[in-house]
Amino acid sequence: MRLTGPHIGLLATAAIIALLPLTFPNSYYYDVAVSALFNAVLCVGLNLLIGYAGQISLGHAGFFALGAYVSGILTTRWNLPPLLALVVGAVLVGTLAFVLARPILRLKGHYLAMATLGIGIIIFIVLNTEAWLTGGPDGLTVNYLSVAGWTLKGDRNWYWLAGILLLTTVWLSLNLIDSAVGRALRAVHGSEVGAAVVGVDTGRYKVLVFVISAVFASVVGSLFAHRNGLITPGIGSFFHSVELVAMVVLGGMASTFGAVVGAVILSVLPHLLTSFEDYEAIILGMIMMSTMIFMPKGIVPTVLRLLRQRGGAS
Amino acid sequence: MSLLRVDGLSKAFGGINAVADLSFTINPGTIHSIIGPNGAGKTTLFNLITGVYHPSGGRIRFQDADVAGLPPYELARLGMSRTFQNLQIFFNMTAVENVMVGAHLHLNPRVLPSLLHLPVVKRRDRECRAKARELMEFVGCGAYLEADSASMPYGALKRLEIARALASRPKLLLLDEPAAGLNATESREIDEVIKRIAGQGVTVVLVEHDMKMVMGISDHILALDYGRKLAEGTPAEVRQNPDVISAYLGAGSA
Repeated sequence: MRLTGPHIGLLATAAIIALLPLTFPNSYYYDVAVSALFNAVLCVGLNLLIGYAGQISLGHAGFFALGAYVSGILTTRWNLPPLLALVVGAVLVGTLAFVLARPILRLKGHYLAMATLGIGIIIFIVLNTEAWLTGGPDGLTVNYLSVAGWTLKGDRNWYWLAGILLLTTVWLSLNLIDSAVGRALRAVHGSEVGAAVVGVDTGRYKVLVFVISAVFASVVGSLFAHRNGLITPGIGSFFHSVELVAMVVLGGMASTFGAVVGAVILSVLPHLLTSFEDYEAIILGMIMMSTMIFMPKGIVPTVLRLLRQRGGAS
Repeated sequence: MSLLRVDGLSKAFGGINAVADLSFTINPGTIHSIIGPNGAGKTTLFNLITGVYHPSGGRIRFQDADVAGLPPYELARLGMSRTFQNLQIFFNMTAVENVMVGAHLHLNPRVLPSLLHLPVVKRRDRECRAKARELMEFVGCGAYLEADSASMPYGALKRLEIARALASRPKLLLLDEPAAGLNATESREIDEVIKRIAGQGVTVVLVEHDMKMVMGISDHILALDYGRKLAEGTPAEVRQNPDVISAYLGAGSA
């Protein structure tokens, strides 16, 4: 089989995930790595919507939080097995996204941003105020992830689970993009009317990608709940939604590996900058600003283009 | 029997009647041109036929179905496709991928097999890519098979749009100003492409300002002015029509 760019990228990602723990001196590093991997999975899904299909969502943290809370509530209050709760959460969030998508995705640009922002805020408010169900602002304690009597504990094990999950997600995303479904999604971004006149039901594809990306968020939310042990409404806040979009844009829109790189950078950077104490947020902001000014297409597409130019020149 | 039958078609934008009470038929296997001065309603008519606009009144029959008000993707399924005066290329994709989107209906894509890249998906994709390359050669942009569409010259993009439309295997192909912005040589080449398309049994309708091209290749011409039918007939008949002459050259010139 001929190795193409995406295959090489996938192998490189696998190698990095496999070898990185050798450099981890303590469990704190695992902890940061797991959250980076979770964000990467979520961003690969969000990138299908934002980068490839050209739609925006400022409410995806809401879907993430819903997945987390469905898992939390079903496992702690109704004693459902965590895996079943995760699936129920994904189905519920997928259904909700499907119902909302038709009316919302008729909107474009700023209007779509406003509508998705509204969804996120509504979810956040419900999680905050319906304390009888969600525990309100105090949050909800969630049990360990256990499957068939075996319990997943320790940062190291979570790291491997998250790593495998990311590789699977990247593989699925690469497959989808390089198929007729993926081409239809990209065509919706390129020209909706151009796609429609050759038979692409653009409305259907926008709904499809919205649902897929919401389900990704929900699954990651469920896993996050079990790992963290405590979830609060803050995980569904507007700021978290913006953070997710920033990861996709920083890494590079319409690039699966870009989403991964963006998620990893923005997850790890705050930990690297803690020594700057009060100036941490300012430095983070300046790094983001200069990246967008000097690499408006995002990190991965820019680097790839430079490499290609150098390869062509030599 | 007619392939397309338009009956009393109207479209109003506010108080302006862009197309007013227009009726005509298009027979299969022929090349039709729609001409008229700027603002005569030619592009509006195209947008009505292809479902981009909703008609304010009237009927459109395509083959045996009443299709007025159907969305463009449904019309594509019935065998109608088009190109655009202002290009609607997918600039975020390569040239050959643009044409592959044109074959969307014939791939009948499903999400789960696509996510898993099942062998059947890969095989059909390979066939689709090969067919797309053939179509690019056919319309004369074979030099850009692996090109990024964003880096292609204007003339090649016009051909690429035709290839994309052909990939949907239309019975009726509508070309909105295929020669606009092209030089004389390029125009003649497009001319040849259109004749070859018609030679394969596809009915072609075009809006065009290049009169040399229109008079040379059309079997039938419909002249519009202010959204109404001005004249209709063979190129020779339309050329002689005093109404057409005065609409183009100003009243009194005839």
